[in-house]
Amino acid sequence: MKWIVASLIAITMVVIGCTQQGARSGALGDNIAERVYVAPGEHDEFYALVSGGFSGQLSVYGLPSGRLFRVIPVFSVDAEKAYGFNEETKPMLNTSHGFIPWDDSHHPDISQTNGELDGRWVFINGNNTPRIARISLSTFETEEIIELPNSAGNHSSSFVTENTEYVVAGTRFSVPVPQADISIDEYKGKFKGAMSFISIDPEEGHMDLAFQIMMPGFNYDLAHPGRGKSHGWMFFSTYNTEEANTLLEVNASQNDKDFIAAINWKKAEQLIAEGKFDVMPAEYAHNLYDESTHMATSTMKKEVRVIDPSKHPGLVYFLPTPKSPHGCDVDPTGEYIIGSGKLAAALTAHSFTKMLDAIENEKFDGEAYGIPILNYEDVLAGTVQQAGLGPLHTEFDGKGNAYTTFFISSEVVKWKLGTWEVLDRQPTYYSVGHLMIPGGNSRKPFGKYALAMNKITKDRYLPTGPELTQSAQLYDISGEKMELLLDFPTIGEPHYAAGIPADLIKPNQTKIYRLEDNNHPYVVKNERDTRVERNGKEVHIYMTTIRSHFAPDNIEGIKVGDKVYFHVTNLEQDYDVPHGISMIGATTSELLIMPGQTETFIWEPKRVGVWPFYCTDFCSALHQEMQGYVRVSPAGSNIQLKWTLDGD
Amino acid sequence: MNTTKIKFLMPFLLLFLLCACNSKTEQTGNEETGLTTSHPKGQASVEDDVSDKNILQVAIGSEAHSTLVAAVQAAQIEHVLVNAGPLTVFAPVNDAFDALPAGTVENLLKPENKGDLATILTRHAAPGSFNVEGLKREARKGRKIYMATGDYLEVVVEGEDIWVGGAKVLATIQTSNGIINVVDKVILP
Repeated sequence: MKWIVASLIAITMVVIGCTQQGARSGALGDNIAERVYVAPGEHDEFYALVSGGFSGQLSVYGLPSGRLFRVIPVFSVDAEKAYGFNEETKPMLNTSHGFIPWDDSHHPDISQTNGELDGRWVFINGNNTPRIARISLSTFETEEIIELPNSAGNHSSSFVTENTEYVVAGTRFSVPVPQADISIDEYKGKFKGAMSFISIDPEEGHMDLAFQIMMPGFNYDLAHPGRGKSHGWMFFSTYNTEEANTLLEVNASQNDKDFIAAINWKKAEQLIAEGKFDVMPAEYAHNLYDESTHMATSTMKKEVRVIDPSKHPGLVYFLPTPKSPHGCDVDPTGEYIIGSGKLAAALTAHSFTKMLDAIENEKFDGEAYGIPILNYEDVLAGTVQQAGLGPLHTEFDGKGNAYTTFFISSEVVKWKLGTWEVLDRQPTYYSVGHLMIPGGNSRKPFGKYALAMNKITKDRYLPTGPELTQSAQLYDISGEKMELLLDFPTIGEPHYAAGIPADLIKPNQTKIYRLEDNNHPYVVKNERDTRVERNGKEVHIYMTTIRSHFAPDNIEGIKVGDKVYFHVTNLEQDYDVPHGISMIGATTSELLIMPGQTETFIWEPKRVGVWPFYCTDFCSALHQEMQGYVRVSPAGSNIQLKWTLDGD
Repeated sequence: MNTTKIKFLMPFLLLFLLCACNSKTEQTGNEETGLTTSHPKGQASVEDDVSDKNILQVAIGSEAHSTLVAAVQAAQIEHVLVNAGPLTVFAPVNDAFDALPAGTVENLLKPENKGDLATILTRHAAPGSFNVEGLKREARKGRKIYMATGDYLEVVVEGEDIWVGGAKVLATIQTSNGIINVVDKVILP
């Protein structure tokens, strides 16, 4: 009997052990974790450039791992990188309202050639003080920011046309144009909505506000460019066609249908070429970072070219679209324009072909402010019925399927273009906003993954007080049914994203800046030329860094009341070896100086004494030895300027 | 079924269960191994044709240092020479190794002498950046150079000539991660 008991225990143990082992093995065989696991040293397949919403930046993640690589400050100051703190980048945040160190960054979009991602730049809009930024995908730094006059709440932005001819930016709020001291009750008819077309220099990417089309005083939400057959058109969703100016949650939801505005920008180009535009006085900043001088400059522009669509038939048409459409998305073929009416029961797909036909045959259903309204039935391609609640944004996989997010019902719904049937639905956690499929705004989406960006996470992560991280959720969309693989926390609000295969970005990386090409006005290219110069109360320190010391590292003759400029050149010519510097009592951030780069911060010493500075970036084995002292004497002192390294 | 039969069958049953169990474990093991063994890389295998050449790359490109490079590879200390440093390497030319007693180099290159070889090579590396000016400064200030093995080497300057630990500096090369001082002797304790 003992034997039986012992044997049974033995069998049970083996079976339990085996079952546990088996379960692990089974999970590995069909393992979701493995599909997002990127082994140490391996690279992700895609870059995801996820906007930070109210954090004003753009974050760089890898997919499928969800690992965060970099946070790029765009419309925000960043003490880590000294962006907005050092003298070189302060001009980047200049506007007609002065230095604005924050904005609300929303919709990144990657440059294209022939309708496909080319991986050169990513553009992103600042909503609050209307601006568009261009970020280099070689340096992953903000290189250019242009402010938009006549715009307010720059939301239906920043979408690129298929050869990056333009980045398009539409105002959310209509405002008096030009701004004027009038009663808010005079909204109707006096408020206008400016749609800005920013031309992009094909070589350097430099931005120029080419023209604005002055639309009726609606709200403009999102936009997407035509592609393929519809290239040359731009589509903007509108809401508040009621032109309400108070309690919009009620008053802007009265009309059965608002519009998608179709703008023929090729026609606008023609009008510009023919001189058929008005020149309006304006004031807006154009800020450009020069990689050669490692400095940004800010220029104030004084006028803008404006086109009034009511005077130019054929420039703009309205496509009636149910209930305050948010998303306005064009499929990869350019045929379908999908409107996601926030309050509509169904998704609306317009046909570009039918639109052209309706225009040609003047199938109009009235006009608004001189702009023809096309007959709804005549432009409709189909509707997706009972898709979900609160549709927001649609992306495409390039295989004939569309994926729409639903904020209220917290789900992603897959449906088929042309048949309009729902194929699959998966929950999101929770309240999803935008969705991203790499290459989504192009002729060639990479339909392997979809990234859903959620506003609310409640119980999804370890709690961190009243404010919780927002999240991104990764779905595998390569099969018939979508599969949730991963959710990962994000910085700020992950409002919108652009994705691109890593292979289109990796070969173009800037590794170092060549010292010989450094044209910074305060550069020094070797230690012999390092020095300190006084000009009245201004003192300029020409300093260098190389592992593991500053030259000079002992400075005397500084006085209380001086304005001391540290111009620091990193002499390193080795990838991934920046140096930092920080000075006690400096009211800026540290500097983080890339190899071959020069950066400047200002220190205004207020107290007598001997004050240290040190390297903030763990540069080398002797990083902790990388330091120096500045002696500060009283204002009237006659201590002479003196600078040394190792006593020499 | 009587007890005897169960007693008799039990070992087989257990064995069978264990086998079934093991075969799965083995499969899992293989998959995991596949994932972890594909990255034996270190900094020496970083591809970078933009930065200035580092100490290892410069040495590999120098014909006069083929023995040194072979020794570095045999001692498997390549990654040290591409590290962020800062590092100064006193690099003996081939003739310096040839001047050692016959058989010394061959003996050191044997796998079993890897540790000794690494120690000898490490005595040629100093943390810090010592170019010609730096070496002269050390001599002028009466400071010795602290080597990675813990030895202190004396710097002697006569006119334009510099000796470190008895080896004469023939040339100085600035690299991306430190300094190479080409020397005419292997620096032995």
